[in-house]
Amino acid sequence: MIETIRAAFVIARRDFAAIIFSKSFFFFLLGPLFPLIIGIAAGGLGQQVRQDIDRPVIGVALDERQSAKLVDARAALAKNLGNNAIPELLLLTDVNPTDPDIGARLDTEAKPLTAIISGSLEAPMLTGSEQDVKRWRGKVALLSETALSGSDPVAVKTDFVAATGSSKKRTQIATAQGGQIILILLTMILAGMVLSNLVEEKTNKIIEILAAAIPMDAIFLGKLFAMLGMALVGITVWSSLGFIGVSVISAGMPNLPAPAIGWPLFCVLMVLYFSMAYLLLGSLFLGIGAMATTVREVQTLSMPVTMGQLLVFFLAALTVTKLGEPLEWFAVVFPFSSPFAMIARAAQMDNIWQHGLALIWQAIFTLIIIRFSVMLFRRNVMKSGNSARKKSLLARIRG
Amino acid sequence: MTSHAQVNAPVNAIEAHHIVKRFDGETAVDGIDLTIKKGSIFGILGPNGAGKTTTLRMLLGIIDPDEGERFLLGSPDPISKAHQVGYLPEERGLYQSMKAYDAIAFMGALRGLPLAEGRKRGRKMMEDHGLGDAVDKQIRQLSKGMAQTVQLLGTIVHQPDLIILDEPFSGLDALNQGKLERLIRGQADRGVTVIFSTHVIAHAERLCEEIAIVANGKIPFTGKVSTARDRLRPQVHLETRNLDGAWRSAIPADCEPLGHNWHFTLPESGVEPLLRALIEGDAGIQSLSIERPGLHDAFVHIAGEAVAKKMEEDLAADAGLQGEAA
Repeated sequence: MIETIRAAFVIARRDFAAIIFSKSFFFFLLGPLFPLIIGIAAGGLGQQVRQDIDRPVIGVALDERQSAKLVDARAALAKNLGNNAIPELLLLTDVNPTDPDIGARLDTEAKPLTAIISGSLEAPMLTGSEQDVKRWRGKVALLSETALSGSDPVAVKTDFVAATGSSKKRTQIATAQGGQIILILLTMILAGMVLSNLVEEKTNKIIEILAAAIPMDAIFLGKLFAMLGMALVGITVWSSLGFIGVSVISAGMPNLPAPAIGWPLFCVLMVLYFSMAYLLLGSLFLGIGAMATTVREVQTLSMPVTMGQLLVFFLAALTVTKLGEPLEWFAVVFPFSSPFAMIARAAQMDNIWQHGLALIWQAIFTLIIIRFSVMLFRRNVMKSGNSARKKSLLARIRG
Repeated sequence: MTSHAQVNAPVNAIEAHHIVKRFDGETAVDGIDLTIKKGSIFGILGPNGAGKTTTLRMLLGIIDPDEGERFLLGSPDPISKAHQVGYLPEERGLYQSMKAYDAIAFMGALRGLPLAEGRKRGRKMMEDHGLGDAVDKQIRQLSKGMAQTVQLLGTIVHQPDLIILDEPFSGLDALNQGKLERLIRGQADRGVTVIFSTHVIAHAERLCEEIAIVANGKIPFTGKVSTARDRLRPQVHLETRNLDGAWRSAIPADCEPLGHNWHFTLPESGVEPLLRALIEGDAGIQSLSIERPGLHDAFVHIAGEAVAKKMEEDLAADAGLQGEAA
């Protein structure tokens, strides 16, 4: 065992140094910037497009006095409900409020209209497509009521408390979901890299030297921990830059709602569960990737593996609001979803002992997968079956 | 006084008892028995595909035999003895981005040598082998020959008790082959057991005390080189002035002269009766040489013509590859 750990350390040290001191590691560190930039750009564009689509303009074909009342009512409501909650109004001064063919104006106005209010405030008529009319009917009624009453909405006094039971629950669920998303994103980005890990050894024919010198388990363990080390360096850099960025932008750290076990322990568990999720998936990927002989084969293998990861994430995400239910217990016990399910528990439950048990269980399963991967590797790649022992075992079973 | 460790120390570097290996139903190694004493230079001789590499890989624990058992330095778990073993595989491989001295240190570290010590030794060994200028170069910047030397140095940097080299001369030019032979002898002089596989009989003949001939997954001969050669009688090359006389009864009856030259196998009675008959019978000896058969002849005799021919083809292919590389 000690020799395996020593040998794993030799492999891990070599791989870690080779990765960290390579030029490509710099690009790896820059990696999250690209989706971030694209995300921000796409988000901004999307918001703009959504705003353009969702800011409807409703034409007002009422007499001058009622039109003015309606405009005042909109201004009053917008103060309380927000400007985006109430449709914009465009006064159609040249339209007869009783014109039966008022719908024709929807397409002729310079500014596209979603609908037109005609008739009177007491009996408003809303003309538009069925979908738009159904959507805005209530708001138009509210506008008309407010316009008719002629008074501002009643002022509501406010008194804020730190947290209520329901808000606490809500924020903890949000923290759980956030924790899961961060975990799965990091695991998906980083654990996938392990897939191609042994290809270099096989193409460089170094695997023979390694296999003759140290136990195969040590090779797998070393490679896995080197990649974990690299991932943790990346995460440290990214999170540090993230904290600095957020602190600078919002002049101090924002006051985020605390998870059930508190932020410090939650952060520690995030790192631990990331490590376990990484080791679990990484050991599986390493085993699968070890069977591949070329980068192309690795790429082919990536797809089902990624789909599997997503399924695991969906399972864990589904159980965030189902603490203690059988499905949630399944997600907790099933090794690949366990880290995600447990981080959700950390956000919502304050008992700590369960995390110790979960971490031990996940570690045991990691070792089992490594053993299994090594066995497959020796049998399929190194062509080292042990059919003789297998046969004798079968013979013994048969008696 | 003999220490406890000495009493328990295994006498043999390698012991294999009826090891068998099959790949996809094909038998690559078919019940090999092999014993290699400590402190010797041992050659495993055979053509490509005979089962040499598979045998070495089983002995080293890279793969497990399907049947039989093997002991490396007395242990049935060869990897547990890895610290005392150096191995140069047939397919050479190094991390291309590593510096040369670091590659040597890494190979040492795999086998238990502290990295700092490995780096120190790596630099020294490279300087001793005339590669001082390449110490800090990356492997990808080295010539093929230099990279092979670096790998060989990495194989011995931790000062192993047993060195196993799989086709170590393959791909080396004559100069580097000579250097390698000297290195092997140097290691043997230190008491290290050196085992190497080759399909070049001359290397085995020059270097080895003992050999195993591998053919078609079996070992038809294992033992001293001299024992292999002794399986064939010496060859007599005789030139006489006279073509007939009483002396003719001393040479095989079916031997016909080529002009005045006679070539025949030394009779079992030995050299003295033959000489006496030739002199007393007035053969008129112009020249006489008695040649002990070479290992090549012994190999052909033991392994068969077909296997020997295959080995010559491998050799020709090697020469072709070297020519292309040059």
